[in-house]
Amino acid sequence: MSGFVDQEMRGQTFLRVVAKMLFPFILVFGVYVITHGELGPGGGFQGGVILAAAFILYGMIMGAEELERRVPRWVTDAAMALGVLLYAGTGLHNLLAGGAFLDYTMLGPDRPGDAEALGMTLVEYGVGITVCSVMITIYIQVCERAATDVGVFTRVRKERR
Amino acid sequence: MAWNDVVTTVFLFVGVFFALTGALGVLRMPDFYSRLHPAGKSDTLAQGLILVGLMFQADDPMVAVKLALLTGLLFVTAPTATHAISRAAELDGLEPWTHEDPEEGHREDGSEVDDG
Repeated sequence: MSGFVDQEMRGQTFLRVVAKMLFPFILVFGVYVITHGELGPGGGFQGGVILAAAFILYGMIMGAEELERRVPRWVTDAAMALGVLLYAGTGLHNLLAGGAFLDYTMLGPDRPGDAEALGMTLVEYGVGITVCSVMITIYIQVCERAATDVGVFTRVRKERR
Repeated sequence: MAWNDVVTTVFLFVGVFFALTGALGVLRMPDFYSRLHPAGKSDTLAQGLILVGLMFQADDPMVAVKLALLTGLLFVTAPTATHAISRAAELDGLEPWTHEDPEEGHREDGSEVDDG
């Protein structure tokens, strides 16, 4: 399926131009949602999904192979682990500093309010990075799976016609 | 009535008129491609006008800036989505409706499209 769609999609100048134009704005909006998770509506998960949506849009327009070339497997794998590490690291740091797990005030005992904001922001970054890279990986995997089924797909298509 | 209320009312009225026209068009147009005209064009304009009207009601300038950004985004993405949908229908082989061929909803090879 992805082979069929990709071939048709690469010729779509209009879609490619608009997707490339929107790509940075979607990224900025994703980061905005992540950083506002601590006070307003938003958060790491939602922001991460928006970030991933930018990459998935790129993958849909340019093809999943092109997306994988731009965002190689090792990058998403490392980012997945990095996000979890940031989350767990923030928690463990507080545990080692003498507080409870994810007890943010231990990041700066002199200014508990600021420390709490810092801890929450770090955790949101961790969640956002992990969610974004997992979403990209799922998309690429689904496309690869569909590409191997392309023979079956075209046969079904012809039968339907 | 303050001046900004007058401006908002005018923008909202024109926007709602275009939204209504678009809804009527989607109901009345004969086939898929012609239905995309009201769905794509007049709805885009209606959304834009309504958001511009709401911009005059914002107390915080930042809210007006956000609404302006949203208007710009909708003006770019809505026609692109319409373009993508019509292109997908064309790639699937759906023939446009014509006076000579008033049978709607079939592909070039005569097979039926089962979307009702």
